[in-house]
Amino acid sequence: MKLGRVIGRVVSTQKLEVLQGIKLLLVQPLNEHKKPIGDALVAMDPVQAGEGDLVFYESSKEAAQAFTTWFQPGDVAIFGIVDDVNVEESETKG
Amino acid sequence: MILAKVVGNIVSDRKIEDYKSLKMLILQPIDPDGNPTGKTTLAVDNVQAGIGDTVLMMDEGGSARMLMEEPEIFTIRAVVAGVVDSITRDVD
Repeated sequence: MKLGRVIGRVVSTQKLEVLQGIKLLLVQPLNEHKKPIGDALVAMDPVQAGEGDLVFYESSKEAAQAFTTWFQPGDVAIFGIVDDVNVEESETKG
Repeated sequence: MILAKVVGNIVSDRKIEDYKSLKMLILQPIDPDGNPTGKTTLAVDNVQAGIGDTVLMMDEGGSARMLMEEPEIFTIRAVVAGVVDSITRDVD
């Protein structure tokens, strides 16, 4: 899992049947200090996150299990909205 | 498995049902000498590790889920599998 921030939405009308009804959000990966790292991803959202929310997500086959349906084809899914990130400052270098 | 140091944790109230009772840690991968390598990542804590602990992290869903009390939580991929007491290097 990784930390990320919702920075936008992706709307797609013409898409495969399996993706119908699946909300897609743009997620910017963050490090433990909430600083952006790497490129933004398009993630499926089963938790109704909103723009600006801090979230944790998974980008692997496990993402396909995040919905109540047995298997939702997809490679990135938001798992939850993060309320707090606690980091011991002395434990991190850069 | 990789060696990592626990540098923090995250708190999340609204999340998928699978993660309702799980504790999540922020891990910094380290080399055998304890120096940080690469980016931090999140993992489910299965051994009651705390901040500052050196731990073993298994990042392969199938095996990681086998370590859990409920192995059928299919959204789990990365799990803290143990707290490391010591690392001995025989060759430099």
